[in-house]
Amino acid sequence: MKDLMIDVENVTFRYDRREQTDALSSVSFKAEKGKWLSVIGNNGAGKSTLAALLIGLIQPSQGTIRINGVALDEESKWTIRRSAGIVFQNPDNQFIGATVQDDVAFGLENLNVPADQMRLRVTEALETVGMLNYRTADPTQLSGGQKQRVAIAGVLALRPDLLILDEAFVMLDPRSRRELLATLKRLKTERDLTILSITHDMNEAAASDRILVLKQGHVARSDTPAHIFSEETELAAPFSERLRRLLLKKGRRAPESYRTESEMVQWLCD
Amino acid sequence: MAMRLRLDHVTADYQIGPVRSPRVLREVSMSLQPGTFTAVVGPTGAGKSSLLKVLNGLLLPQSGQAEIGDITIDGKSSKRLLKAVRKRVGLVFQFPESQLFAETVEQDISFGPLNFGAHPRNVHALAEKVIAQVGLDESILYRSPFSLSGGQKRRVAIAGVLALEPEVLALDEPTAGLDPTGKEELLSLLKQWNKQNGLTILMVTHDMESVARYADDVVVMEKGRAVFHDSMRKLFEDTERLEKWQLDVPDARRFQLEFEVRSGTRLPRVCLTEDELADALIEVGRV
Ligand SMILES: Nc1ncnc2c1ncn2[C@@H]1O[C@H](COP(=O)(O)OP(=O)(O)OP(=O)(O)O)[C@@H](O)[C@H]1O
Ligand SMILES: Nc1ncnc2c1ncn2[C@@H]1O[C@H](COP(=O)(O)OP(=O)(O)OP(=O)(O)O)[C@@H](O)[C@H]1O
Ligand SMILES: [Mg+2]
Ligand SMILES: [Mg+2]
Repeated sequence: MKDLMIDVENVTFRYDRREQTDALSSVSFKAEKGKWLSVIGNNGAGKSTLAALLIGLIQPSQGTIRINGVALDEESKWTIRRSAGIVFQNPDNQFIGATVQDDVAFGLENLNVPADQMRLRVTEALETVGMLNYRTADPTQLSGGQKQRVAIAGVLALRPDLLILDEAFVMLDPRSRRELLATLKRLKTERDLTILSITHDMNEAAASDRILVLKQGHVARSDTPAHIFSEETELAAPFSERLRRLLLKKGRRAPESYRTESEMVQWLCD
Repeated sequence: MAMRLRLDHVTADYQIGPVRSPRVLREVSMSLQPGTFTAVVGPTGAGKSSLLKVLNGLLLPQSGQAEIGDITIDGKSSKRLLKAVRKRVGLVFQFPESQLFAETVEQDISFGPLNFGAHPRNVHALAEKVIAQVGLDESILYRSPFSLSGGQKRRVAIAGVLALEPEVLALDEPTAGLDPTGKEELLSLLKQWNKQNGLTILMVTHDMESVARYADDVVVMEKGRAVFHDSMRKLFEDTERLEKWQLDVPDARRFQLEFEVRSGTRLPRVCLTEDELADALIEVGRV
């Protein structure tokens, strides 16, 4: 088995002791290095809470989290954050720099990256997200999709080993979204980057290595997309599976289990 | 009461301190019939959010004018006039978090109706009604809006605008961040009001699935201009033009195009949903 990037064991968290329920309860899962893990689940299921726990913004009341072999605690979280980057769910009101390039550079200053290296990385990151032309703009005065790109550039510049994306693509137009996903896939292979992506987009989840399904603070399932979409039929599904289920419902010929889109087209051609 | 929306050569930019930004809307003219469900699509920075802001009086035209029924907005419109516009046109922002501010969800939702003269006695029932409409439990009314998950916040922001009972709903990517069930429920609800009560809806979205399933018409924005305004079906028929505007097709259509290339079989018509695709596949005897 490959090395683990994320190892979460029995983690429980509650925002407020006066509340009746845990935001997360007894959550366990692992993510291998260089893999893409999608986290899905309904609104309020605990996905963002999990992301916040993984970078030590909040502490579990029980259980342990290991990132790249290191147990996460008050002391180690600073070291861990040097190699783990997160894009939060809402990029609005999170900008620190007065210009786009300052904002992207901000995280690098904390890492003590030399100035010439820093310029290079900022330029590269802004180019990747297609925002180089806006480098001197005020990040608060951008369109929604532009803000989201700047936020993504901010973590790409850190060149993390673990990238946590909390619905980081929702405001991107479909084409930019696809291009960015392709870039991240490439980085994943080239740099052995591990990606944990929280998403409601089932086509995106279907293209990942594994899926973690959260349900009311519990892990409902952790498996490959093929198993999950074949077996968890109450979950929303990617297009190929929606078509397969519909054909079955109409009493027509259909593959006996989940097919990717390309496999489904092939099946129809055969 | 049926209210027409019209933009007449609207050009707009943003004031950034002492300077003005480049134009974000250029000579935009369009007319929206009452009771239509119109999707607004286009790449990042094309001016979609700015268009909605003009209709709601948040961004004033630098030249040209916007007509909201019998109210005309131009560069010199008064605050009082703009308030009247905001009562007619409810706007759900792209980032709903920036719309929430009160101590409890209930106060947040009640603020708009009270501001527009609703009787305090009635607003509680109103809050209960709209919170259920966006699929949240009533108990959430007593929580702080800042202690909610992203999708819960978005639902509350939408509920706040629904509570205004506007004649026109302008929604800026309202389903971003909603889970699949929440998204379907919201869109069906909007469609139902649109059909039954003649509510005019203008919805910015990047999701071509929603466009295909719910919109009557589509406006395509590109670099501050409205380059297309016609029926949804017309938009998806011309693949080349979509390419030029950097727009995607719905999943079913993408699947269809791939199938047609690989099988050498042409399906009898353009399919935009899985239902249409399944029927076409049945028709040509593939399944
Ligand atoms: N700061 C907070 N204080 C108290 N409760 C909170 C806080 N943030 C979130 N919660 C609650 O914890 C639960 C999990 O929230 P979380 O933000 O992790 O959900 P999520 O899965 O990310 O949902 P979404 O898809 O809507 O973003 C929800 O019931 C939410 O209301
Ligand atoms: N507050 C602002 N001040 C100055 N310029 C702005 C402001 N908001 C947006 N802009 C600029 O106006 C242009 C149009 O922005 P708008 O928000 O209307 O785009 P959009 O089509 O909604 O894009 P997205 O899909 O990314 O949300 C963009 O180039 C953007 O940078
Ligand atoms: Mg969340
Ligand atoms: Mg926008």
